[in-house]
Amino acid sequence: MPDAEGVGASGRRLRVCALYPDLLNIYADRGNLLLLERRCSWRGIGFELASSGLGEPLDADAHELFYLGGGQDRDQLLCAQDLIETKRSGLHAAATRGAVVLGVCGGYQLLGRSYTLGRERIEGVGLLDVETVREDAHRLIGNIAIEVSLDHTGGAELLVGFENHGGRTRLSPGQDALGRVLKGHGNDGRSGMEGARSGNTIGTYLHGPLLPKNTWFADWLIARALGLQPHELAPLDDTLERAAHANAGRAAGVQVG
Amino acid sequence: MPDTLPVKLALARGVGALARLRGGGATSIPGKVLMRLAPGAIGTLGARLSRGSVLISATNGKTTTAAMAASIFERAGLPLVHNQAGANMAGGIATSLLAAAHMRAGIDAQLGLFEVDEMWLASLARELEPRAILLGNLFRDQLDRYGELDAIAERWATVLREGSSQLVLNADDPLIADIGREHADAVYFGLDDASLSLSGMAHAVDAKHCRRCGAPYVFDAVYLGHLGHYHCPSCGQQRPTPSVSATEVRLEGVRSGRFTLHTPAGEADVLLALPGLYNVYNALAAAALATALEIPLQIIVEGLASTRAAFGRAETVLLAPNGGQPVEGTPASPRQLRIMLVKNPAGANEVLRTLALEPGQHDLLSVLNDNIADGRDVSWIWDADFELLAGRIRQVTCSGTRAPELAVRLKYAGVDPARIRVQPDLARALREAAADRPDGDAPLYALPTYTAMLSLRDLLVARGEASSAWA
Repeated sequence: MPDAEGVGASGRRLRVCALYPDLLNIYADRGNLLLLERRCSWRGIGFELASSGLGEPLDADAHELFYLGGGQDRDQLLCAQDLIETKRSGLHAAATRGAVVLGVCGGYQLLGRSYTLGRERIEGVGLLDVETVREDAHRLIGNIAIEVSLDHTGGAELLVGFENHGGRTRLSPGQDALGRVLKGHGNDGRSGMEGARSGNTIGTYLHGPLLPKNTWFADWLIARALGLQPHELAPLDDTLERAAHANAGRAAGVQVG
Repeated sequence: MPDTLPVKLALARGVGALARLRGGGATSIPGKVLMRLAPGAIGTLGARLSRGSVLISATNGKTTTAAMAASIFERAGLPLVHNQAGANMAGGIATSLLAAAHMRAGIDAQLGLFEVDEMWLASLARELEPRAILLGNLFRDQLDRYGELDAIAERWATVLREGSSQLVLNADDPLIADIGREHADAVYFGLDDASLSLSGMAHAVDAKHCRRCGAPYVFDAVYLGHLGHYHCPSCGQQRPTPSVSATEVRLEGVRSGRFTLHTPAGEADVLLALPGLYNVYNALAAAALATALEIPLQIIVEGLASTRAAFGRAETVLLAPNGGQPVEGTPASPRQLRIMLVKNPAGANEVLRTLALEPGQHDLLSVLNDNIADGRDVSWIWDADFELLAGRIRQVTCSGTRAPELAVRLKYAGVDPARIRVQPDLARALREAAADRPDGDAPLYALPTYTAMLSLRDLLVARGEASSAWA
C-alpha cells in the first residue's frame, strides 16, 4: 500500500507527467501510461500520474518521466504553440536533470527543432536535434521492428510496433538515432534509422501502445527514471507480455526469440 | 451509337455467376466488372429508380441502421435495391443495382437504399445524386485506412455542399451536426434523456473542440463517446434542436430496448429487439430518414419493432454440444453463442457497456484480427474500455491473428491472467471456449472484429449451427 506521500512498499515512487493527454492521444497513447502504472504498482513502486494541458505550467522537478503522445494535425498545432510558450524551458530543465522524456509519433516530432507543413514551419522544443518535413504524397504506414542498443553495451534488443506518419524526420549529424530499422519505414523511409535519442530523451514513430508490445522497454524507462539498472527492478511474470512481443514481431516479419 | 449497356450488364452478371460457382462471395465482383466495362453504370442504373436513392454512412451502425430503414420501407410498400450484405463500397453497390436491373431499361425496385463506406460517400453521392443522405456518427476507426476524423468531416462537408440531397444528421455528434451549418433544411435526430448521461467522457473521445473556433465544447450530457448535448462557450455554436428524438429510454440487457419516439407527426412507443444505446441511436437515425421521406409514424414504429439483428450484430446462434460431434456420455444441452461485432473503441465500449448491464459473470470469446478490413493497426484495443467488464469475466478466450496482444490488454485492464486463454486458431478457440461451461446455461459472448466475424460465420455454417446468410 502506498503511504501518504505516494511512496510504494519498495520505498520508491515514479511520478509521470502526461503532456496534453486529452489532445495528444490519437493512437491509444493511454496504453503506455496504463502499462507504466501497472508495472510499478505490481512491484510496490508508488505511481503518480499528473497532466499538463494547454496554458498550464510544467514543474520540471515534480516528475521523473514526461510523456508526449500524438494527435490530429489541428490539435498538434495547438500543442506546439503552447509547448514553446509555457513548457519548453521546463522540459529542458527536466532533461538536464536526467528525467526521462518520451515522445511518441507526433510527440517525437514536437521534441525536435522544427516541423514543416507546406510553407509553414513550426518550431519544436529542440530537445532532439532533428527536423521533420511533412510529405503528404504518401504516409509511412505499417508494422515495424527496430534494433536498439540502449546501454551501448553492444547487445541489441528489439522494439516492435506500428507506425503511421506523413512527416519525414532527418537527424542532424551527431544526433543518435534510437535504432536501426529491421522491417518498416522509420524516420524517413530511406535512412534505415528510426527515432532519436539524447540521454534520457527519446523520440520514436512506434506509436500508441509501444510499451505493451515491448514491456522490457517499459522497464528500462522505469529504471532510468528512478536512477536504477533494469535488473534492479523486481521481476514479473511476463508470459503473456513476451508472447505479445513475439507476435507483434511476427506481424512485422521478424522472428523473435 | 448503339446502346452497349445490355451486353455489359450480361457480361458482368456472367462473371458473378462464375464467381458463385467457384464458391467465392459475389457481393462485389460483378459490380467491379460492370464498372470496368461501363464506368458510369452506377449513375445510369440508379437513375432508373423512380424514387431515387438514399445513402447511409457512419463509422458505427451502418448495417443495422440500413436494416431498420429497409424494414420500414418494405412495410411502406416500397420495393428496394439494398446492399444488405454490407458490401458498402462502389463494387457492392454496383452489384446490388446490377442484380435488380433489367437488360434494356427499367429496374425491379423503386428506391435504392445503400449503406456506404465513409471513404466512398463523396464519389457515390456524386454518381447517384441521392434524394437523402443520412450521416450517423464519426468515431476514430482504422486510422491507418481512413485518416483523421477532421479530414473525413471536411471531405463530407465539401461534397455535400455541391449536391441537393436532403440531409439527415445526428444532432448529438458535433462533427456530423456541423455539416448542416450550410443546409437550412437538414433534419436532425438526437437523444433527450438526462438519466442516460455518463458521469464523464471515455478515454478516447474525439471532437472535444469546437469545429468553428477551436475552443473546448462544454458537454451538458454525454451519451456515447462524444455524442451528447454540447455547446461552445466561446463562439456560441450548439447542438441543433432535433425534430426527431428519443426520450424515456430503457435498456434491457443484451436483449432489447424501448423508448418514446418524437417526430413532427406525433410520438409513439418503440420496442426494439436489439440491445444497447447504440441501437437506440440507429433506430432514431432510421426513423429520421423515414420521416424525411414522409413515411407514416405507425409504419416506422412497426418497421423498427420487426427488425432483427444483422449477422454478427447481437445475433444469437445455438451451439451444438461438442461442436456437432457426437460424444458418448456428454448430455450437454445446446449453448447460446451471442455475437457482437467489435471493430473500434466507440463500438467496443458500447458492447462492453451493454454486457455490463447483464447480471453475473460472463464467458467471452474475443477475436482480434489485423487483416486489411479490420485495420492493420491493433493499437485501438488500448482505447477500448475493457476495464468496464474486467471484474465480471469468468473466463475469456483470446483468438485471432493478434490474440496475444489482446490477452495483454485484458491483463492490464484487470482480468486475472488465470482467466485468460490464448488460442489464435478460431475453430479451436470456439471449441475450447464453448466447452468451458459454468453451471447453468450462461451464454458465450463472441466479440469478433470484422473479418473474425466473417470467419466465425463460416465456421458456424460449416458446423451446421448457422444457416448461410445472404444466400
